[in-house]
Amino acid sequence: MPVTYQLIASNVLSSSAASVTFSAIPATYTDLVVRWSARDSTDAGSFATIYLQFNTNTGLGQTVYSYTRIRGTGSAASSAFDANFYRGDSSLYNATASTANTFASGEFYIPSYTASQNKPYSNFNVAETNATLAYILTSAGLYRNTAAIDSATIATTGVSFAAGSSFYLYGISKS
Amino acid sequence: MPATYENIATTTLGSAAATITFSSINSGYTDLRLVLTGTNATLDATLRMQFNSDTGTNYSITELYGDGTTATTTRSSNQTRIQCGFNTLSTTVPSLVIVDLFSYSGSTYKTCLITTSQDRNGSGNVYRTVGLYRSTSAINSILLFPTSGTFAIGTIATLYGILRA
Repeated sequence: MPVTYQLIASNVLSSSAASVTFSAIPATYTDLVVRWSARDSTDAGSFATIYLQFNTNTGLGQTVYSYTRIRGTGSAASSAFDANFYRGDSSLYNATASTANTFASGEFYIPSYTASQNKPYSNFNVAETNATLAYILTSAGLYRNTAAIDSATIATTGVSFAAGSSFYLYGISKS
Repeated sequence: MPATYENIATTTLGSAAATITFSSINSGYTDLRLVLTGTNATLDATLRMQFNSDTGTNYSITELYGDGTTATTTRSSNQTRIQCGFNTLSTTVPSLVIVDLFSYSGSTYKTCLITTSQDRNGSGNVYRTVGLYRSTSAINSILLFPTSGTFAIGTIATLYGILRA
């Protein structure tokens, strides 16, 4: 019996990195899952934003992404969106001003990533710090490109992911 | 390594359809996951779901949702179906609906977690819904249907079973 929830690639950082890219993703799965745990090594704030980009649509000049999100801080819930944006779902992760040794974690789910249609996807993430401010965030993302997804880049609005941050790409098999 | 996340069935629509049904679901899994990526052929419509052809008032939901401006929560009791978000299916932009159905073959009431993601580049909604099906029978079929119109060509629905391994 074949493995059906398969680890395609992983990257556990031994030193800080500004981004992580999974390339040459096989087209042999139905869906993709990206799971991560991260902290920023340099950003001076309490939280920074982690985001996902696909294929060659990377960097700040892109306008093919959008998202709608809901977010709770422990004291208030809110909703926001961005259209024609350079990045998809935004997730908050812990930066240097947040409680030491706390890492945020999350999951992106990308269904039908080889279908010739624009790609919807979902995001869920938590950033807990045992302090007065933390985040639980979930969102709908849309990548307006009908090409199959063959690479995924996880980047940050902060400075760099700290050593110990981990990123896993899974494929859900057709069989 | 054993398979623990098994594709039970996939429906990819080659023509518009009023419903998508998964029937004769094997009871040999612990949980089910349904993943739908789709649009509506004619107009924006809400996706709904029933189990075991049960049209009685045995369903209820509690929702948390946001439209990009406001976050809100609502509840609906004694419904004839489970509603997956609102205006879930547009005519142009594919939406993503994930249904996690826990202990579907047990003899207690059935709980599901529904993740509805429908960003439309400047509008849309994000829903997170908990659903309850008040039946002690094992679930052996799932019916998906829009409130109006039909599922469009290219809509993909996959049912996965989570194995005990």
